[in-house]
Amino acid sequence: MSKLERPRTKLVPVPTTNIIPERDADKTPILECSHLGIDFGGLTAVSDFNMAIGRTEITGLIGPNGAGKTTVFNLLTKVYQPTRGTILLDGIDTHSMNTVQVNRAGIARTFQNIRLFSNLTVEDNVKIGLHNQIGYGMWQGIFRLPGYWKEEKVAHERVMELLSIFDMQDLADHQAGSLPYGAQRRLEIVRALATNPSLLLLDEPAAGMNPSETAELMENIVKIRDTFQIAILLIEHDMSLVMGICEGIAVLNFGQIIAKGTPDEIQANPAVIEAYLGKQKEGE
Amino acid sequence: MKKKMSKSARNGFINYGLVIAAFFVLRLLVGAGKLSNSLQSLLVPACCYMVMAVSLNLTVGILGELSLGHAGFMSLGAFSGIVTAVALQGAIPSVPLRLALAMVVGALVGALGGVIVGVPVLRLRGDYLAIVTLAFGQIIKNIITVLYVGVDGKGLHIALSNEALRLAEGGTTIIKGPMGAVGVTKLASFTAGFLLILITLMVVQNLVNSRSGRAILALRDNRIAAESVGVNVIKYKLMAFVTSAALAGAAGALFGLNYSSTVASKFDFNTSILVLVFVVLGGLGSIRGSLISAALLYVLPELLRSFDIAEYRMLIYAVVLILVMLCTNNPTLRSLIEGLKEKLGSQKAVREGKGGGANE
Repeated sequence: MSKLERPRTKLVPVPTTNIIPERDADKTPILECSHLGIDFGGLTAVSDFNMAIGRTEITGLIGPNGAGKTTVFNLLTKVYQPTRGTILLDGIDTHSMNTVQVNRAGIARTFQNIRLFSNLTVEDNVKIGLHNQIGYGMWQGIFRLPGYWKEEKVAHERVMELLSIFDMQDLADHQAGSLPYGAQRRLEIVRALATNPSLLLLDEPAAGMNPSETAELMENIVKIRDTFQIAILLIEHDMSLVMGICEGIAVLNFGQIIAKGTPDEIQANPAVIEAYLGKQKEGE
Repeated sequence: MKKKMSKSARNGFINYGLVIAAFFVLRLLVGAGKLSNSLQSLLVPACCYMVMAVSLNLTVGILGELSLGHAGFMSLGAFSGIVTAVALQGAIPSVPLRLALAMVVGALVGALGGVIVGVPVLRLRGDYLAIVTLAFGQIIKNIITVLYVGVDGKGLHIALSNEALRLAEGGTTIIKGPMGAVGVTKLASFTAGFLLILITLMVVQNLVNSRSGRAILALRDNRIAAESVGVNVIKYKLMAFVTSAALAGAAGALFGLNYSSTVASKFDFNTSILVLVFVVLGGLGSIRGSLISAALLYVLPELLRSFDIAEYRMLIYAVVLILVMLCTNNPTLRSLIEGLKEKLGSQKAVREGKGGGANE
């Protein structure tokens, strides 16, 4: 746990007004959103979302209930098409892409309300994550040509390797829907990782986990970032997790980013305290 | 990896084994003269309906989209298969080869129908496929009812009336509008039906246990999650639906070539529903269930024909279908069954707990 002390990363501004960790500053940010917004009829769910995420940054997205955090995830993954603004993924505009293409371009996500393929086994769930990295087609599958055996073997090994991140190899044959809640959350992360993303979006990964599970999850999130060298953006209400592992934290309120900074800056920011953390602090 | 076979692969081998065993048992019975003529005549159509049920299960159970026009694809396969078989009568004298070719053509035409229906409809979400396939079945039936197809030295002629066919000397009319296809040489055999079932099992089971099949299952379980991991929804929906249509086409070709005459009205809405009943009663997604329920439910009513209730068999089917639907979707009944299971489970646990105590 010692390595999980609050990171003291310095954040520097990138060409836009956004900030990213100093070590990532010489590379294009993996994600750059400017003036992103969406209206549902007359309701503005996200009005002006600006954010940059460094290549290997762990970023937290926090905000009161209904602030539009999950909507931001849905915009990034194109479940909703943004009404305005741009999303640059690794410098490439994603406005013409759909969910599938955005995933292939490098964004993978988990869901707030778990969405596993619950009737399939754990192994198959992860294999579906590997879908676009397995090359054989329909006919090779039907006629069991050599390509099938070769690639299935590689896929199986890769699945086991990915499952080993969370020590879940023993669960490979279990039905995904029958797993305990925490394991389902972890499986969703493994499945998302299987798509080989450069940006991983985690929607409340610690929801429903007990403190020891959360501590383990924090370690694993950092481990995932270090092993795969990817950026992670997470929505979380558990402040110990957010303040513990996030380098940059963005605070969303009423569909607008009201602050981004290091955990210390965020905790000292009066606007944030007013919108969100003030109540939290009294409890502590 | 080899020493431990996955559950689905084991299930697949059991299905092959069941079909092969049933084939040889029936073969022996036929050889020993223990099977009546009327029962023997049911062997080939039963094979066709088993293929129909397994292929429809691919759409309804495995892809999770409701199709109400599966007989339409069977019809396409039947008539294109008949046309192929008759047109090639001179060119290919070998019966098995001609039958195989007819089934291949039937499958291709069925697949083409699947593409035509699937491309626009599978883009939509919801029950649109059910509505459109329902209409498709009717349209196919009506088109074939007014279609005249003939063959002569110059090739195939297709027209909307007998006169318009303008066949050369020595030409034969294969499909005669409302009379359907008449004077067809019966090419189908039980062995062909058996082989078609094995091929269908291979296609469906291997497809399901491959990369493509996992994608199809993923769509059924959670479309949004499947998209989020990069599964192309339309491609895999179409793959399952077209494969299903192609297999129905092949089954149709075999079915058509089992009778000397075939009319389009044989493949109507009732037939589609009949196959759907096989699938639902056999269990959505269960290949073995489809095989068994198709075989039993096809043969039993034919046996019942000699009794008084024969006229009501469609009514009985409908009632059974409704009851099954109601029962499986009834929350009170479900919770009752779940409760019973839990009770049994807890009793077992208690017993085991006691046993453990005694040992200590």
